[in-house]
Amino acid sequence: MAYLELKNISKNFGGSPVLKDINLSVEKGEFVAIVGFSGAGKTTLISLIAGLLKPSNGSLMLNDLEITQPGPDRGIVFQNYSLLPWLTVFENILLAVEAVNPNWSDDKRKAHVEKYIAMVNLTPARDKKPGELSGGMRQRVSVARALAMDPQILLLDEPLSALDALTRATLQDEVSRIWSDDKKTVVMITNDPDEGIYLADRIIPLTAGPGATLGSSFTVEIPRPRDRKSINHDPHFKQLRREIVEFMLGSKQERHTAITRKLILPDIEPEDLNIPRNMTGWRKTPIRKNEMKEESVEVNS
Amino acid sequence: MKSFKFDWFVLPLVGVAAVLILWQISCATWAKDLPTPAKTWETSKPYIVEPFAKRGEMDQGFLRFTWYSLQLVAKGYLLALLIGTPIGFFLGLSKTFTKIFDPIIQVLRPVSPLAWLPLGLVLFMGAGKDASELGALFTIAICSMWPTVLNTAVGVRAIPQDYLNVAKVLKLSRTKTLFKVLIPASLPYMFTGFRLSLGIAWLVIVAAEMLTGRPGVGGFLWQEYNSLIYEHIILCIVTIGVVGFILDRLMSVVEQKFKTA
Repeated sequence: MAYLELKNISKNFGGSPVLKDINLSVEKGEFVAIVGFSGAGKTTLISLIAGLLKPSNGSLMLNDLEITQPGPDRGIVFQNYSLLPWLTVFENILLAVEAVNPNWSDDKRKAHVEKYIAMVNLTPARDKKPGELSGGMRQRVSVARALAMDPQILLLDEPLSALDALTRATLQDEVSRIWSDDKKTVVMITNDPDEGIYLADRIIPLTAGPGATLGSSFTVEIPRPRDRKSINHDPHFKQLRREIVEFMLGSKQERHTAITRKLILPDIEPEDLNIPRNMTGWRKTPIRKNEMKEESVEVNS
Repeated sequence: MKSFKFDWFVLPLVGVAAVLILWQISCATWAKDLPTPAKTWETSKPYIVEPFAKRGEMDQGFLRFTWYSLQLVAKGYLLALLIGTPIGFFLGLSKTFTKIFDPIIQVLRPVSPLAWLPLGLVLFMGAGKDASELGALFTIAICSMWPTVLNTAVGVRAIPQDYLNVAKVLKLSRTKTLFKVLIPASLPYMFTGFRLSLGIAWLVIVAAEMLTGRPGVGGFLWQEYNSLIYEHIILCIVTIGVVGFILDRLMSVVEQKFKTA
């Protein structure tokens, strides 16, 4: 039995399903990256695992327990940081630590918070508000908050996609370092295959939506610690990347949706001359028909 | 520095001068009963020079009158905040609550203080001596409550889902969610409401004092109108305006402090 197990999950918001037939199993200590197009339903998937949304069908199990509601056993790093702007870095993390460990003494909590602030190298910014921090720093606070809760599993929802390329690379290294220290189970959502290959043990592509589903997984067999510079020349890396990109583009091309729409032709049809005119003057007006037609258009979604 | 002083000191003075000139011209032409600026100053002087003098119940320095009025406003305003903020929170949090009470609020909101005051007096008729004060408080509270109610409701509704998600993931208790997430997140909106409410409370005081005849800026204004001392009406108008302006500035300073990123 896997640590995190998703069985036949589907999710729809009223209309057609956003996600369907999602099956995923993640082992303890594994780092799994889910790569998908924007709008495919990646955030929906992570919200399901977090318990913020309920699946329309199927079941989610974490450590043999059904996931029914959000809880601190699943630490989430949101795409948009989700820090409370009226609290300082320290207070933001403390709020989480207090919520998870209500029985701890104040000193113990403080020490715990300090430890995680140090882990993400933010000790100098300890008493700043999120508004005074750069995007990368905010995301690091968010990571520290999630880790400080000491969750069973860490969910990263496109944690780095809002950052510039350089900050992104630095934070990738940091995530990689923290993961190898902590050995947490991680599910990361990303739109960047390179990022996934660099960080994860396993990469699972999410096909293009609507009705997105998970493809078969690619195992990354590049030994750790991975080096950012040499990884680009690794033949395994190149091949993996090509396969993933091909798979995803392929999934996109298959999707053609036919849209049917009604076309109302303007009322300008000429008089039907086959109908004999009667000479008594009963029908003097021309005969016109308002015709309704349908057209089917092929659209690439 | 020079242009700063020019902008903030000289230009407003030009405006004041223009109004004074217009006033003087009006006195001389079409408004013969209107006291001239000079005469107004002359008659108002004892009240301004000795702002805290007390010569009789309705004959006191203008700051003393202002002080009475401010006390009454403060009480009524606090009452409005204490009642209005929780109502606003319920409106913001519960759709059912909104559907039940929103129509009533929308109907009661545009009712003038002049209409509420008699009702307030009737309600507290049994209170004897305090009836006029309680009636005035009731009027101030009920009239100035609405901006607080509506802005708090909007503020609570506008809390980003992200913050609520944080509360959910951390499984914060209800009270903790309220004090750590809901209230801080809606504070900027709430303060906008508080500021508008204070403005209305100050507007209402004048009407309330006029009708009840309590000592205060409004009461003094009405009494001086009845005793045909029109200069004091102008003194009162200026006082009311300046005090209202100062209150609004103070509130906006407080409001700015609570504007979070």
